[in-house]
Amino acid sequence: MADRTIKVAQLARVEGEGALKITIRDGAVKQAELNIFEPPRFFEAFLRGRAFTEPPDICARICGICPVAYQMSAVHALEAALGVTVDGPLRALRRLIYCGEWIESHGLHVYMLHAPDFLGYQGAIELARDHADIVQRGLDMKKAGNAIVALVGGREVHPVNIKVGGFYRAPRRRELQGLVDQLERGRDAALATVRWVAGFDFPDCERDYEFVALRHPAEYPFNEGRLVSSRGLDLAIADYPQHFQELHVAHSTALHSQRAGGGHYFLGPMARYSLNFDRLPALAQDAAKAAGLGPVCRNPYRSIVVRAVELVFAFDEALRLIADYVEPDQPAVPCEPRAGTGHGATEAPRGMLYHRYRLAADGTIEDAVIIPPTSQNQPTIEDDLKSFIGGWLDMSDEALRWRCEQTVRNYDPCISCATHYLRLDIDRA
Amino acid sequence: MAETGTRPKLAVWKFASCDGCQLSLLDCEDELLAVAGAVEIAYFLEATRAEVAGPYDLSLVEGSITTAHDAARIKAIRQASKRLITIGACATAGGIQALRNFADVRDFISIVYARPDYIETLATSTAIAEHVKVDFELRGCPVNKHQLLEVLAAFLRGRQPATPGHSVCVECKQRGNVCVMVAHGTPCLGPVTHAGCGAICPAYDRGCYGCFGPMESPNMAALNHWLARLGVDQPTIARLYGTFNVNAEPFRAESQRHGG
Repeated sequence: MADRTIKVAQLARVEGEGALKITIRDGAVKQAELNIFEPPRFFEAFLRGRAFTEPPDICARICGICPVAYQMSAVHALEAALGVTVDGPLRALRRLIYCGEWIESHGLHVYMLHAPDFLGYQGAIELARDHADIVQRGLDMKKAGNAIVALVGGREVHPVNIKVGGFYRAPRRRELQGLVDQLERGRDAALATVRWVAGFDFPDCERDYEFVALRHPAEYPFNEGRLVSSRGLDLAIADYPQHFQELHVAHSTALHSQRAGGGHYFLGPMARYSLNFDRLPALAQDAAKAAGLGPVCRNPYRSIVVRAVELVFAFDEALRLIADYVEPDQPAVPCEPRAGTGHGATEAPRGMLYHRYRLAADGTIEDAVIIPPTSQNQPTIEDDLKSFIGGWLDMSDEALRWRCEQTVRNYDPCISCATHYLRLDIDRA
Repeated sequence: MAETGTRPKLAVWKFASCDGCQLSLLDCEDELLAVAGAVEIAYFLEATRAEVAGPYDLSLVEGSITTAHDAARIKAIRQASKRLITIGACATAGGIQALRNFADVRDFISIVYARPDYIETLATSTAIAEHVKVDFELRGCPVNKHQLLEVLAAFLRGRQPATPGHSVCVECKQRGNVCVMVAHGTPCLGPVTHAGCGAICPAYDRGCYGCFGPMESPNMAALNHWLARLGVDQPTIARLYGTFNVNAEPFRAESQRHGG
């Protein structure tokens, strides 16, 4: 048993196509590879030559789970290139639709993709046979998130209402008011979710990650802020390229990211939470404390609790935004083409998503760079597997395979996003 | 709930895509558990790690064929499936990744990847029907979840799905939208685009951008005449048709004819 290969040929309950290969030699983990073989679709190539108005619709198609994140990073980068600022009610509407996407995506991940691992079920359909009421609670929350995206964006997947400068049509106040009852029920369900997941058994695993997330002077981050890390990084978004680099490795069609000069880092709910705990409303902070979370969480298996806390935040923030909403005079700020380069980074449900565009004077895109959160987390996921599974080598292949899958799912990887899939191979030779 | 083995076996397969169409099934929050009771979910990796071997009564296929491996995989899936339905623009038309069909894919690879030698991909992105027999194609980027449920219900009962092939214009009238092209002079692909979305874009004060692909027998010349009258230039017309259904005729031909 000292030498083994554990393979997961097709990783389930993730978005996209990937595999895992773990090589064990002389009773120790020699190698852990997260293979991403999602076929490349070449968005950055065919964006060249398109008009600056097109990325919100085109980039949404990178990911059916987090299209709003792609639309938001795109519009912020393009507005930076055009010298346009969007604020007031339009800025608030952008935060609101992002709340909807976080709720939809976190609701899906917590209940349908991740919780079954902790409870020993193959998936949420199997979980629902024994606990239909719990799964339905998750589905109801997810539905509430989708209701926000559908109202503000026009539909749940690939919203049509987002444009550079704002929206095509701003919702009426009374339309948003119609969501309030559903969102109040959702907020209660989110609090119940925090209590539910806090009772799961968590492997006792922590690592000293470098967390990276946006940080805003007053808000829990969605669209704006400086890029900060738990090791002292504090940058304007436009300085991202000087501090991070992408590498192309043979086992992945997603490009790996690392800090310039080396060093892997951690994006997503646990990073956001640990860098921005003080920006959460009291309701979410209290729920976190009652669930046994401190202001920093370094156990990736507890990311499910952090996601539940972010659900509380997203419902609470959506209700606040709706209560304060004033209908804007115009649905969008006018945008005129000009030459320039713009950088945008926003907090997708699974972590910071960076876009950069270089525009010609007539607004044609000359160059586009898109760095999704999963490709940035991929080296850290591999490090987790290498660090943690050494303690579990007495497990059977099937149990170890499942634990490795769970370890990957901690990150809610979106492999379609990373442009690129997951299978697990455990090689014990 | 019936026991395993007595219900129709449903499989959901993914090829090159964004996952949004299969997500639409999980987005049926009020119906999902009922669907899971009516069918045996035999293969659906986005939802469960449990896998039941084929043959399958019904396969839903998302995504387009862009690799040699996938071209072989879809043939095996077809052989294991009594009925095969494609869901969405990627599976039905090749998706936006079919823009490579009109470029040199080696250029595309070198723009995105530092090591082109690590990348294996075909020069084209093609619809599932170009590789195997397809029993029904559901349009949309993404599909409409109500249409998806209708297609599932129809196939489980052995009838044809009610998914009208008329244009988005009809849906605009049904929804009571003001015509954005006539009233506001906004270019709109609604007159040539397949119905199914519920005319969302005009309802949000923008022109349809054709994400459900061409309707049955569209009058492209008439719309092109309108677009020209509105002052839409040739490259913009090429880009309008050259998106999520760029490889679906006649959008492909119109995009190419206008310089796409």
